Amino acid sequence: MPRDLRIWLGGGFILFLILVAMFAPLLAPFDPLEQDLMAATAAPGVEPGHWLGTDSLGRDVLSRLIYGTRIALTVAFVAAALACLLGTTLGLLAGYYRGWVDAMVSRLVDIWMAFPPVLLSILLVAVLGAGLTSVIIAIVVIDWTRFARVVRAETQQQARLEYAEAASALGMGHGAILWREVLPNVLPVVLVLLSLEMGIAVIVEAILSFVGLSVSTDTPTWGGMIAEGRQIIYQAWWVLVFPLGALFLTVLAFNQLGDGLRQWLDPMLKR
Amino acid sequence: MSPVIDIRNLSARSAVGPILRDVSLSVNAGEVMALVGESGAGKSTIAKAVLGILPAGIEVTGGNIFFEGTDLLALSPARLRDMLGVRIALIPQDPLTSLNPARRIGDQLTDGLRLRAGMNRKRAFDRAMSLLNDVHIREPERVLKRYPHELSGGMRQRVLIAQAFSLNPHVIIADEPTTALDVTVQKQVLRLIRDMQREHKTTLLFVTHDLGVVAQICDRMTVLYGGKVLEQGFTAQILKNPQSPYTRALLAASPRYDQPEQSLEPVPEALIAELQREISA
Repeated sequence: MPRDLRIWLGGGFILFLILVAMFAPLLAPFDPLEQDLMAATAAPGVEPGHWLGTDSLGRDVLSRLIYGTRIALTVAFVAAALACLLGTTLGLLAGYYRGWVDAMVSRLVDIWMAFPPVLLSILLVAVLGAGLTSVIIAIVVIDWTRFARVVRAETQQQARLEYAEAASALGMGHGAILWREVLPNVLPVVLVLLSLEMGIAVIVEAILSFVGLSVSTDTPTWGGMIAEGRQIIYQAWWVLVFPLGALFLTVLAFNQLGDGLRQWLDPMLKR
Repeated sequence: MSPVIDIRNLSARSAVGPILRDVSLSVNAGEVMALVGESGAGKSTIAKAVLGILPAGIEVTGGNIFFEGTDLLALSPARLRDMLGVRIALIPQDPLTSLNPARRIGDQLTDGLRLRAGMNRKRAFDRAMSLLNDVHIREPERVLKRYPHELSGGMRQRVLIAQAFSLNPHVIIADEPTTALDVTVQKQVLRLIRDMQREHKTTLLFVTHDLGVVAQICDRMTVLYGGKVLEQGFTAQILKNPQSPYTRALLAASPRYDQPEQSLEPVPEALIAELQREISA
């Protein structure tokens, strides 16, 4: 797929999701928490207004899907941004200063990578207690290593180049060289990783919701909907399939955006 | 006249072996001194030692580098940084990699002016514009908005020359500034460096392997081999009447534009073997 198309499609879908999340109260045809036991597990289009059907408690699937984007996007943006900030900072310092800073960060990354990430996140949230903040903390604590590893390698490479030497011959301090010379060259990689990380964060949040460790069950989340739908998959497939589809498309969009950005920002692939 | 740069008995080594052996040389104010030698002669190491940017793995094992009476090797990194750019500047070797590919020319050129001279953005850009004028870049206001990859090699080297002169340093170290350029552009850039040097009365330490370049712009020259000084003196004298057999061999290995049919002689292997023996002794 051409890179521009990837960026437009991926970015467009994410923009659409942002708008949906912002205007959820206006867009949702029903209150996502309103139960209507008379209309429970109604197939899409059977009950008037319930276009995507209802779940086992008669709640509107479309409305719950719409409200679910709020949690998904909040986690995607906040957790990914914080993981990016932490990982990039440590990666820059490790790659630039080397020596004991590098040794410490690298060992930390090695230790982190030794744990299976999903298990670690479940463990973390179990310790921290369920809730949105815990989910975000868990994702940050686990995924900063992705940024640290890549940024460290990239920084090492950039700091060796002559423009960094020329800057120090100009009397620029380490801070100035890192901030003004190295960071702008590392930024493209960071942006790509950030986009991919948002997709990962959405999945992790869904996993944690699925096992009931995310926000409380009265807040609609895609993961929570999938967990509920799983139990009645043979009676009401729509309760499972629509949130699964939303999750799939969202992650796909973030990945496409990331891939598109990578090609777009890479000067060797340009022109 | 006291020398601006006075290097005394400088020695340096890497894990592989010695790189500089007891190098002494001094450069007087306003003069252009050439450091000549083949690859591995240690000429760039001397330049980097003065700037305190020796690559990891190379360390100075002895000697002093006096700059206007201060021993640069005894300075703390912070004190040395205070001098760099403002009193000692560098024209780097490769204009293609010495400019940051991710930053606009204007931002890079004004770094020194803003960070070191404390100018605000507006004033720094005005000054950058006149600097680009000085190095004969047309439409400087447009060039300031460009990225390095949008400029030719010659243009980029001019930008780097403008940057080196931007804070009116007393000494500029030019590390093979024309090696990466086309021959035709080389000539223009050399003339530009010479003109700027005369106008600002800057002391210039010019690292090169090209005797043609030395003949064109350097007052005095130091010939290095294997990290050792073989010969030192006025350029005109050395080129006319070289004392060291190595310098003679080097001259015989250089093309002469007035006698193109004359064949070039490589440096004899017997001579290299003898030099190696002399150095390791």
